[in-house]
Amino acid sequence: MNLAYRDIRHNLGRFLLTCLGLGLLLGVVLAMIGIYRGLVVDALTIARAPAVDLWVVEANTRGPFAEASRIPGDTREAISRIAGVAAAGSITYQTVEAQYRGTKLRLYVIGFEPTRPGGPPEVAQGRGIARSHYEMVADRTAGLELGDRIQLGRSTFTVIGLTQHQVNSGGDPAVYITLPDAQKLQFDLAPAAARVQVARGTGGAARDTVNAVVARVQRNASADAVAETVRRWKHLAAITQEEQELILSRSLVDRARRQIGLFTSLLLVVSAVIIALIIYTMTMEKLKQIATLKLIGAPDRTIIGMIVQQALALGFIGFAFGAILIVNIKDYFPRRVVLEPDNVLVLGLIVFAVCLLSSGLGVRAALRVDPATALGG
Amino acid sequence: MAARIEGTPLVRLDRISKHFGVGETRVDALRDVSLEVHPRQVVALLGPSGSGKTTLLNVIGCILAPTSGAMEIDGEIVVRDGRWQRGDLRRLRLDKIGFIFQSHNLLPFLDATDNVAVVLKLAGFGMAAARKRAVALLDYLEVGHRKSAAPAQLSGGEAQRVAIARALANRPRIILADEPTAALDSKRAQIVMDLLRKLAAEQNAAIIAVTHDEKIFDRFDHIFQLRDGRLDEQGNGKNGAIEMAQA
Repeated sequence: MNLAYRDIRHNLGRFLLTCLGLGLLLGVVLAMIGIYRGLVVDALTIARAPAVDLWVVEANTRGPFAEASRIPGDTREAISRIAGVAAAGSITYQTVEAQYRGTKLRLYVIGFEPTRPGGPPEVAQGRGIARSHYEMVADRTAGLELGDRIQLGRSTFTVIGLTQHQVNSGGDPAVYITLPDAQKLQFDLAPAAARVQVARGTGGAARDTVNAVVARVQRNASADAVAETVRRWKHLAAITQEEQELILSRSLVDRARRQIGLFTSLLLVVSAVIIALIIYTMTMEKLKQIATLKLIGAPDRTIIGMIVQQALALGFIGFAFGAILIVNIKDYFPRRVVLEPDNVLVLGLIVFAVCLLSSGLGVRAALRVDPATALGG
Repeated sequence: MAARIEGTPLVRLDRISKHFGVGETRVDALRDVSLEVHPRQVVALLGPSGSGKTTLLNVIGCILAPTSGAMEIDGEIVVRDGRWQRGDLRRLRLDKIGFIFQSHNLLPFLDATDNVAVVLKLAGFGMAAARKRAVALLDYLEVGHRKSAAPAQLSGGEAQRVAIARALANRPRIILADEPTAALDSKRAQIVMDLLRKLAAEQNAAIIAVTHDEKIFDRFDHIFQLRDGRLDEQGNGKNGAIEMAQA
């Protein structure tokens, strides 16, 4: 005869409503963990997309994501000739706002050389860029569809491929276009502004500029050694992939990451307090029954077992509610919510521990009940 | 004053005293109470509010330690010089004492059968055996047809019969009843008391009941009056009740 189960069954509706309330709270905690993880994953996505070992950027900068970086376009030729480099490609990054079906669309435009490193990791639908101009591979989160035409700057691009989960650290969807198109978009002045520059005698800036050169090293070569070679050229800086990821996670999104982390911790504390109060209240409502059980000879372990089992059931069902809720709605969040099994498991263990600790308050109250209170009115 | 002695008493109190607080706030709830209750005896404790009835019931039920005196339960010395002589009082209550409460105190989340079976389960019975005996007891007390009903679905009389079945489940030698008929009308109160008398005789047990219900005074073998913590025997049976009414 399981007293905890029988008591829950007796007040099933109320118990499930309590679980649902707790589930919503734990769902919020899970969502925050997912947003936190999503922020870090998003920040690393673009840096990981080209699958390279080395980032060559402007000297004394930590570009191209954390700081601005501009280097000459022919740098790629020099890098690809360094011993140990297997392949290199020029790359540009910029954020633009475009009009799409009457709404403003914020895009993270990546210019790359289609036959070299720097392109999308995989095309989920459609094909990769095959022409030199005016083709675009866009991420699905942009809401673009195959065949859509969209104007960026003074050029119109056709969407010929779609990628999955390619966004920058700010959550803006990435679109890939060819390097010449990206350079034109980034560095070409509007005709009127260009005429002013010509009239001033400056002739405008050179268009063959890129934000970074990415390189893959040969299997038997060391990225650190190649980076060291590049650093000998005083006008360039070299960052290994590992360092780049560290910059992104520790520097670029660090404040947001810590903010969400702190908020998640606060939510966990609030959840723990609420679980403790619920269990304590559930116990206080049963004091007369507990006194009766004690009087008729129930040992303390029976009383403790009843309270702890109910606390764990509350936590487990509440957690299941929350997890099911978030798994089903996470794709509707404007930014990516990443719920890894290990995150869910860790929170589950935390909830388990919190329920155990919280039930201590109820157990303490129950053990202090005088069996004599069962006698008399 | 001690009750009539017939062989080994099931309950023997020797100069039991209990006081709460110290100095000016000291309250003497029981003063040198001596009492013997033998098998098959049905005994009533009367007294105004605050006279020490519930305190005495708590002491006999091994819930409250007296300040001084000695107590024997079924021949075993349980209290000597105001100190417990036995560690596991819970087991003593489970094996020797059954409780009947004023408001039946059935567990609302168990049906009638399991409210009775829970005591047997705590005593170490298997679930099937516990339920079988519980159903037999409910049948005996003529509430077997309500064996699957929740306490909230039982009438006052039915609930009290289930509570009696629970008190009897583990065949206790002593049944302590706190206002067992308070929630019943006079007809049902007399039926319940007749039932308790019958059970005491059949199970060779003793029943000690706290009551104010004059309608059932004639169902008791002995009636004791508690006044300011002191115990006086008022008489026995119906005569006792008459003496009480005249007092």
